[in-house]
Amino acid sequence: MTVQHKMIEARPAPGNTVGPIAWLRINLFSGPVNTVFTLLGLYLLYVLLTPTIQWAFINADWVGTSRDDCSREGACWVFVNARLTQFIYGLYPRTELWRVNIVFATFAVLIAWLAIPRLPLKRWVALATLVAFPVFAFFLLYGGYFGLRVVETHRWGGLMLTLILAVVGMVAALPIGILLALGRRSQMPIVKSFCVVFIEFWRGVPLITILFMASVMLPLFLPTGVSVDRLVRALIGITLFQSAYMAEVIRGGLQAIPRGQEEAAAALGMGYWMRMGLIVLPQALKMMIPGIVNTFISLFKDTTLVMIIGLFDLLGIVQAALSDSRWLGFALEGYVFAAFMFWIFCFSMSRYSQYLERKLHTGHKR
Amino acid sequence: MTEQATKAGNETPMVEMRGVNKWYGDFHVLRDIDLEVKRGERIVICGPSGSGKSTLIRCINHLEEHQAGEIVVGGIPLTQDVKRIEQIRRNVGMVFQHFNLFPHLTVLENCCLAPMWVQKKPRREAEEQAMRYLERVRIAEQARKYPGQLSGGQQQRVAIARSLCMHPEVMLFDEPTSALDPEMIKEVLDVMVELANEGMTMLCVTHEMGFAKTVADRVIFMDQGQIIEENAPEPFFNNPQSERTQLFLSQILGH
Amino acid sequence: MSVRPKAHTLGPKPPFWRDRAKRALLFQVLLIAAVAAFLLYIIGNTQDNLAARGITTGFGFLDRTAGFGIGQSLIEYSSQSTYGRTFVVGLLNTLLVSALGVIAATIIGFIVGIARLSPNWLIARLASGYIEIFRNIPLLLQIFFWYFAVLRAMPAARDSYSLGEVIFLNVRGLYLPEPLFESGFGLIPLTFVVAIVASIALVIWNKRRHEATGKRLPAGWISLALILGLPMLVLVATGVPVTWDVPELRGFNFRGGITIIPEFLALWLALSIYTASFIAEIVRSGIQAIPHGQTEAAQALSLPQKLVLRLVVVPQALRVIIPPLTSQYLNLIKNSSLATAIGYPDLVSVFAGTTLNQTGQAIEVISMTMAVYLIISLLVSMFMNWFNARVALVER
Repeated sequence: MTVQHKMIEARPAPGNTVGPIAWLRINLFSGPVNTVFTLLGLYLLYVLLTPTIQWAFINADWVGTSRDDCSREGACWVFVNARLTQFIYGLYPRTELWRVNIVFATFAVLIAWLAIPRLPLKRWVALATLVAFPVFAFFLLYGGYFGLRVVETHRWGGLMLTLILAVVGMVAALPIGILLALGRRSQMPIVKSFCVVFIEFWRGVPLITILFMASVMLPLFLPTGVSVDRLVRALIGITLFQSAYMAEVIRGGLQAIPRGQEEAAAALGMGYWMRMGLIVLPQALKMMIPGIVNTFISLFKDTTLVMIIGLFDLLGIVQAALSDSRWLGFALEGYVFAAFMFWIFCFSMSRYSQYLERKLHTGHKR
Repeated sequence: MTEQATKAGNETPMVEMRGVNKWYGDFHVLRDIDLEVKRGERIVICGPSGSGKSTLIRCINHLEEHQAGEIVVGGIPLTQDVKRIEQIRRNVGMVFQHFNLFPHLTVLENCCLAPMWVQKKPRREAEEQAMRYLERVRIAEQARKYPGQLSGGQQQRVAIARSLCMHPEVMLFDEPTSALDPEMIKEVLDVMVELANEGMTMLCVTHEMGFAKTVADRVIFMDQGQIIEENAPEPFFNNPQSERTQLFLSQILGH
Repeated sequence: MSVRPKAHTLGPKPPFWRDRAKRALLFQVLLIAAVAAFLLYIIGNTQDNLAARGITTGFGFLDRTAGFGIGQSLIEYSSQSTYGRTFVVGLLNTLLVSALGVIAATIIGFIVGIARLSPNWLIARLASGYIEIFRNIPLLLQIFFWYFAVLRAMPAARDSYSLGEVIFLNVRGLYLPEPLFESGFGLIPLTFVVAIVASIALVIWNKRRHEATGKRLPAGWISLALILGLPMLVLVATGVPVTWDVPELRGFNFRGGITIIPEFLALWLALSIYTASFIAEIVRSGIQAIPHGQTEAAQALSLPQKLVLRLVVVPQALRVIIPPLTSQYLNLIKNSSLATAIGYPDLVSVFAGTTLNQTGQAIEVISMTMAVYLIISLLVSMFMNWFNARVALVER
C-alpha cells in the first residue's frame, strides 16, 4: 500500500499544445506544404509592404505649399494637402462651405442613428432621412431662399457630389424599386411583363450607356427649348439604373415572406395596399437591409462614372487636378488618396451589412 | 353587413354553398359541394389529405376562388365584387394551421391591427378590446411579447384572439392543431370548446375526433373533392354509412 | 352536374370599379395608355428636336466613311472604312477584353477564394486582404491606376523592361514574340484535335468500365498527357516548324512581334483583378454553404478526401456558385465599357463615343449599343440557366 502525502502542484501544459509557439505550429507550419506556403506568404508580404510603407510614410513629404517641398523619393502628400478642400467640396464657394458642412453633419447624425441598434424611433428617423433630409439638403446647398446665395450645380463637386449622387439615386430608387418589385409579382400579365421588361432592360445595359443616354438623348426627348441641368440628367440615369437593381433586392425580400402572412391579413379583411403596407413590406424591408446596403455600396462606387459625362465627383476632381501644370507627375498620390476615401466608405458599409446579416440569421434561429 | 344580416333574420343560413366547383388547372378539387350552415351551428370537416377540405373553407372567405356554383355568407353572395369580398372577410374569422401571426408586431399589436385599420377604431378602444379577448384565451400576460417568443400553443391562442377582435359571425379553423406538439393541443382545443359553447358558428377542418364528438352538431366527411357523408357525430362515429368513411375512421381511430 | 346559376352572376351587379376582373383589366389598359402616351410624347418631341437640328434619322450613316483610325483592331480596318465597320471593330474589341477578363478573373477568383478557406492562417489573411482591398475601390479608379500611374509611367522604348530580350514592356505597351508557322505546322493542330477526341473517348470508356467492373484508370491524367504530349511529340518529330518573330528596337520604337496596347492591358488587369475579388467571395461562400455534415457523412463512408471533394462537395457547391458567378460575368462584360475613359477602342468608346460625336445620330447609336449589351446579357443568362438546370437536375 502506498500513501501519497505530498500534494502535486499544478503544472503548465506542455509547450506543444498551447501558447503562441503552438499556435504558430498549428496555423502556419503544420507540415511541409503549409510551411512552404507560409514562407511564400511572408516573402510576398515583405515584397509588397516594404516599398509601400517606405513610399507612403517613411520617405513621404507631408508639409509644404508647392511641389518644390517634395523630395520625390516618396509620396508627395503636399499635393493632396493643397487640394484637399477642392477634393471634398469641389468648386463650392469657399465662404459658403459651412452650408455643406451642416448637410454633412446632419447626414452623419441621421445615419449613425439608423445604424446603432439601441436608439429608438427608427421608423421616424428613416422617414426623415428619406423624405425631409433630401429637401432640406437641396435648399441649403442650392440656396436662393432665406437670403442664401445661389450656388449653381456646376460648382458642386468632389466627395460632396459623390455623396449627393449616391444618396439621391438611392432615395429616389427605393419607392420606384418597391413598385417595380410588387408589379413583378402581380397577377396582371401586362403589369407583370411591363415590370419585367423595365427591370431587365436597365440591368442588362452598362451604366455608362445609360449616362450617355441621359446626357445625349434626354434633351431630345423634351420639348424644344426646355433644358435640364447636367446633374439632374445624371441623377435621372442613375435613378433608373438603381431602381432596377433595387427592385430585384426587394423582390428577394418579398419572396422570403411566407404566403400565410398575406392570407392572414386578407382573412382579417385588409385590402391589397393595406396588406402590403402593414404586413408584407415592413417584414420584407427589415430582411432586405443588408441587400440594400450592398446595392448602395455598388452605387457609391459606380457614381465615379459620371466623370465620363463631365461631372466632377471625387475621382473626377482628382483626375482634373492631376493635369494641373503646377502639380504634374503626382498621379499615384491622387489615386491613392481617392482610393483610400472610397475604401473607407465602402469597407465600413460592407462590414455593417455583414453584421446585420449575422444578426438576422441568429434572429431566425430563436 | 350587420344591418343586412339582421334584416335577413335568423332564418337565413350563415353559410350557403350550392353546386360549388373548383379546379386547379385540370385537377378537380371541389365537386358539386352543397352545404348549409345555420347560425350557431358547429361543423367539423374531416377526410384524408388532399380531399379538398381546406380548399372548401378557404373558398368561404375567398382566399381561393371557386369557378362554378354559388356561395352566400351571411346573406351576402360572394362575387368578384371587391367590396363584398372585404365585407365578408371582415365578418368571417380564420385560424390557420401555421398560426400566421405577424412576427414584426407584438401580440397586442397583432390583435389591434385589423380593428384599427379596417374598422377604424381608436387605439385605446382596440387595445382594451384586444386585452379582453387575450384574457379570454388566457394569454393576456404575454401581450407585450413578440410571437417568436411564444410556444406554438400560445401562438395559436393569440391567432384565435386576433380573429375574435373583428367580432366575426363565423369562425373557420383550418387544421388548427396539426402543427402543434401533443402537449399543446389541449390548450387550443379548450379555447375552441369554450367558443363553441358560447354559440359561435364554427367550421373546423380537424382530425381531433374527441373535439368533434363533444362539440360538433354535424360531422362532414370529404374525399376526392366530394362530401361523402354528413351526419350528427354520434351516428357518424358509431354507424358510418359509406365504406370510405368506415375505412378512414378505422385508420385514424384504429390504434 | 345540373344547370345552376353561376356565382358571379348572382346578386346586384357591382359597379365595374369594384369587380375584380374588370378592375384588373382597367388597370392594365390604363398602364398601356400611359406608356403609349409617354412614348408618343417623347417621339413627338424628338422629331421636333431632330428637325430643328437638321438631323435625319435612319441607319444610313452606317455606310458612310468613318475617317478616323482605331488603335487596335481584330479585323482589317482603316480610316477609309465605314461606320458599320467601326461598330464591328468596337464590338470585337469588347468581346476580346471581356473573354480574356472572364478567364483571368475566374482563375484568380477561384485561387483566392480557396486560399481564403486555407487552414494556413497567413494565406487565409492574405486572401481576405486581397478581397477587401479590391472590391471596395471603384473599378474606374483601378483602371486609372493601372493606366495612368503604372503603364503610363513606364520607361520610353529605349529603356524598356525586358524578359530574356524577347518580351518588352514600355510606355507604348507590351511586346511579345509572334510565332510564324512554316509548312508542315498544320499537322500540330490536327494532332491536338485527335488527342482531344481520344481523351473524350477514353473518359467515356473509363466511365462505362467503372460502371461495369468497378475498375477505373486515372483518365484525367492520361488525357492531360495525351493532349499536351502528343502535339509536342509531333512538334519535335517534324523538326519544330515554327520561327519566332521577336520584337526589335528600331529607332524610337519596336518593330515585329505582337503589340499589346497599354489601354488593353490596363483595362484587362483592372477588370480581372476587380471581378476576381467578387468571384473569390462567391467561391468561398459556395463552399461554405455545404453543411459540414455532408463532408462528415462522406468521410464516414470511407471516401478518401479527394473523392469527398469531387463527388460530394464540388457538385453541390457548383450549384450555389453558378448563379452569382453568371451575374459577375455579366458585370464584367458591362464594366468593360469603362474602356472609354482611357481610350481603349471598345464598342462604347469608338461607337457611342467617336461615331456619335461625328454623326450626331444619338438615338440610333445609343440604341444599337444598348441592344448589343442586352443581347449579350440575354444569351449569357440563357446559357447559364440551361447549364444550371442541368446541374440542378443531377440531384433531384
